[in-house]
Amino acid sequence: MSSAKRFDVLRTILSVLIALAISFGIIFMVSDQPVEAIKYLLTGPLTSKRNMGNVVESMIPLIFTGTGVCIMFSANQINLAGEGAFHVGGLIASCIAIYVTGNVISPVAALLCAGLVGALFTAIPAIMKITTTASELVSSLMINYLALYFGNYMLNNVIADPKASAASYKLSEASKLPVLIDGTRVHLGIIIALGVAVFGYFFLYRTKTGYELRLTGENEEFAKYSGISIIKVILISQLLGGFIAGLGGGVEMLSPIYKRFTWTSLLGYGWDAIIICTLSRKNPLYTPFAALFLAYLRTGASIMARRTDVTLEIVQITQGIIILLVVAEQFLSKYKHKLIAKEAKAALKEEEAA
Amino acid sequence: MNHIMKIYGNGVVANEDVSLELRKGEIHALLGENGAGKSTLMKVLFGIESPDQGEIILHGSKTSIKSPQDAISKGIGMVHQHFMLVPSLSVAENIILGVAPKKGIFIDMDKAVKAAQDIAKEYNFDINVKEKVEEIPVGIKQKVEILKALYRGAEILILDEPTAVLTPQETEELFVQLLKLKEKGHTIIFISHKLDEIKKICDRATIMRNGKSMGTYEVADITTQEMSKLMVGHEVSLQFDKNEQHLSDNVFLKVRNLTVHNSQGVMKVDDLSFDLKGGEILGIAGVEGNGQTELIDTITGLNKKYKGSIQIKGEDIAKASIRDIRDMKLAHIPEDRMTSGCAKTLSIKENLFSNQYRDPKYSGKFFMKQKALDKRSDELIKEYLVKCKSRKQNVGMLSGGNIQKVIVAREFSTEPDIIIANQPTRGIDVGAAAFIRKRLLEFRDAGCAVILISADLTEIFSLSDRLAVMYKGKFAGFFNDVERVTEDELGQHMLGIKKDEVLEGVMYE
Amino acid sequence: MWNAILSPDFFGAILRAATPILFATLAAAIAAKSGITNMALEGIMLFSALFGVIFSSLTHSAWLGLLITVVIGGFIGLILAFFVLNLKTDEILAAIAINLTATGGTVLLLVAFSGDRGVSTSIKSVSAPNITIPLIEKIPFIGEVLSGQNILTWLAILAVILLHLFLYKTPLGLSIRSVGENKDAAESVGINSRKMQYIALVISGALAAFGGFYLSGGYMNMFTKDMSGGRGFIALAAASMGGNTPIGGFLVSLLFGVAQALANVMQLTATMPYEIILMVPYLTTLIGLGVYYYSQKKKKERLSGK
Repeated sequence: MSSAKRFDVLRTILSVLIALAISFGIIFMVSDQPVEAIKYLLTGPLTSKRNMGNVVESMIPLIFTGTGVCIMFSANQINLAGEGAFHVGGLIASCIAIYVTGNVISPVAALLCAGLVGALFTAIPAIMKITTTASELVSSLMINYLALYFGNYMLNNVIADPKASAASYKLSEASKLPVLIDGTRVHLGIIIALGVAVFGYFFLYRTKTGYELRLTGENEEFAKYSGISIIKVILISQLLGGFIAGLGGGVEMLSPIYKRFTWTSLLGYGWDAIIICTLSRKNPLYTPFAALFLAYLRTGASIMARRTDVTLEIVQITQGIIILLVVAEQFLSKYKHKLIAKEAKAALKEEEAA
Repeated sequence: MNHIMKIYGNGVVANEDVSLELRKGEIHALLGENGAGKSTLMKVLFGIESPDQGEIILHGSKTSIKSPQDAISKGIGMVHQHFMLVPSLSVAENIILGVAPKKGIFIDMDKAVKAAQDIAKEYNFDINVKEKVEEIPVGIKQKVEILKALYRGAEILILDEPTAVLTPQETEELFVQLLKLKEKGHTIIFISHKLDEIKKICDRATIMRNGKSMGTYEVADITTQEMSKLMVGHEVSLQFDKNEQHLSDNVFLKVRNLTVHNSQGVMKVDDLSFDLKGGEILGIAGVEGNGQTELIDTITGLNKKYKGSIQIKGEDIAKASIRDIRDMKLAHIPEDRMTSGCAKTLSIKENLFSNQYRDPKYSGKFFMKQKALDKRSDELIKEYLVKCKSRKQNVGMLSGGNIQKVIVAREFSTEPDIIIANQPTRGIDVGAAAFIRKRLLEFRDAGCAVILISADLTEIFSLSDRLAVMYKGKFAGFFNDVERVTEDELGQHMLGIKKDEVLEGVMYE
Repeated sequence: MWNAILSPDFFGAILRAATPILFATLAAAIAAKSGITNMALEGIMLFSALFGVIFSSLTHSAWLGLLITVVIGGFIGLILAFFVLNLKTDEILAAIAINLTATGGTVLLLVAFSGDRGVSTSIKSVSAPNITIPLIEKIPFIGEVLSGQNILTWLAILAVILLHLFLYKTPLGLSIRSVGENKDAAESVGINSRKMQYIALVISGALAAFGGFYLSGGYMNMFTKDMSGGRGFIALAAASMGGNTPIGGFLVSLLFGVAQALANVMQLTATMPYEIILMVPYLTTLIGLGVYYYSQKKKKERLSGK
């Protein structure tokens, strides 16, 4: 490992530690039982099989949206509609899961459609960018709200179960993804998620199209000059990113966690994906590790929230600080500069000696 | 400035123990090739970069310059190579920018205009200060830059390659003004690598090479040969053993009545026609901004809006994409290697295949063949003498010359029939430049058609078989016999003083 | 329905709905003029909506509450500036981080402060007053539209004028614009570009805080979770459609006010499901963006002569 890379890893770890330290500070300020709270946050997930299961199950949506964002960000398409794609993915999957009751066919159709709708969804900003040059950033932020209200409309008017409040009809039993480990809710989705992360890696780093995406992402002018079709890159990256995010929404909906479609607000996995993407340095292969970290923190926080007076939302603050520090190029840069200057001087001496 | 040392973030040692001493009221040349560390040294003096070692002594006392603002307040002004003007503002607004006269809390615009006019008059600059900067020509922009520095009370004026973008007439005018400034007691640092200019107006010269100072000399006591020797370390000789030309009958590139407008709607290429055959190097000389960029962009497919026709090996390219054109075996060394020639955050390997990764040698239907790519990268790195740690190193960590070698390796490794070389050796070290020039000649000998665009006239002269001069989008001169052309004659064509009514020789049949 | 649309009430509703967007749009515009996309507006507004409620109840004064909120808003702008300018953090990612912190932080603070979850029911906050200006009130129709508007609406309109004068008539404004257009040029004449961007972002944060305060202390009289509802994002679109000028931003914000007011009328007349009506502001922005950039693109193409 070169010194620069080593430095990056070191800085990431340090950023996480600082973010945790600040969060602990906040807990001390707002809580009457801070030590308890921190204990639950840090060790809660390890205390039972069920809790460990919770960690794994909450990794799943994070890996999906994280990988989707890695692909879009690698092509430098700052499309933040992964959030909405996840939402509509879950919505479509439940629509299908309610009415299609055949074994195998039900989950397969639901997931496939979830992915496709997710892809079409994130393609909206992409197509707008191609036809009108409007930046995908703002339009993707807008369509997230469209996804939310469209979901609410469907929930209240089309798939609403009159016997339940703010919930759809029950999803068919046949549609549900099987549980893998008894006594937990760890389901088949984790396998699909890991598969998607590996797929994302091979796609980005081993295929021709992935190469085109990354080249465009690093320097669009250079890609254009090399003969790469930028339009193709814009479309493929966002279609694929959206497909994966939508698929994630579908998988989440078919997991044992849900019996009905009940999402009346956006769940935030699209935003969480940004931190997964930053921690894994845009490489999908590392998303499961980043997701594990975040899922652990979340599970710990929800145990803490149940047992103490600190709310779950503390995690969002931790996340925010981590993003800030990890992407802060100049954070610890003096140290980095010293490191590199030292190497350069050493090389200079060697040259003179030779 | 004593013992300045500067190491950049990527490990490049730009200045190593450089000392420079200025006398009041002199024009002091800072001489050196591109990349010798002149600009870095000046950035240190102007407070843009902070030195890792060394000290600056101003008027006898040690001082530190932390920012450009600091430099300006100490009477140092700088005219950058790329103009530092805000296009949408007027000349007057640009001149008073940052030191605007006030009326209450608002800018006193009347006073600003008057102040700008006054200073222009004082130094004999003929400028309409109410015009917007985006609407004035290059020569005037430079005057605005100088006025800006003077308005701020600059006693020491740094001019970074001021003549690079000027016509000889504008250069003459600039020299007259610089001598006037000297008379008024200003000290001028004149950065250049043009020896004749230095001979003409400078009193002393400090010569830099490879980040080190080679000493300071009285210009009157040193010959241009000696200067060039100090600058490059050995006698420059561009005398290549050019083999006899074997011109093929095949027209590889046929351009007819080409007219191109830029994005602002200004006509940049004006009804241009020419042929390019296999086995020749067509040199295109001209002052920057006379349509060379637009011509190349159109031939290579980056710009699709044009009138007229372009055929590559008999095929019209009106509907061809950049990829289609590259598939016609066209290689392109771009003008600006950092903006369009490479992705500096990707590895050398990843930069070597951007134009040929689809080749069945390197990829299957979906996947790229990593082993083949690795092997070929190592071969190319060796063949093109790229100095690096390994193929995995990011291109951004390499020196300019080595980055250019990566680009050239990539472009030449496709066995092209047509090579468009736009400033192929700009700003790189002598060794790398010679290497690239030799390669270009080899391709010519092998029957390849080459267009060479260069600001380096020596390069154009020594490589070209035919020579065209671009001026305002047209060929203002066209020479079939390069050896008969003098630099003087070429210069006159470049400036549009001499326009051949009937161009010598034929550009096309 | 037409009766409803042509009434003074309707025009009053336009102004009410446009006010928070206008503040945020001005905030986005000044940041953009200095060369930075301030996507953290959303989070700043959200924080400010909460701080408005908290501090106006603590001080028993809308004015003191507003003052403190605006100072904090400016401070968040300062934090953003520190990360983007000193630590070279990507401005979009830094903004996302701040927005995330705001989403979680507001809930956390609300619980810690009052025990309320999601809605600030137990906090006795003080809203900014509605005012009636005696002379204007007498003008037929217009008087009815303008009278009884919240003082913050008036402040928003005042802010348009002040920001215009600031950007185009003062030395500082000239410096900020030159930094945004050509940073190197500005630096070469000794303008401290970092300082200019700091100033722009602090003003941006403060303006967004006005908008946030209005949400919970004018438009409504309490804080609810996620109440900024994407207005900070809409403002980014609105500012760019207005050419990042205060006057342009004002006009585009009014357009959003119209869309929102129309949506409100439609909701009353119940011709459409309300979820669809809730989409109106976002849909308007999306279409507006598309139309604006498409016309810009066409204009450029015409210029290049084909």
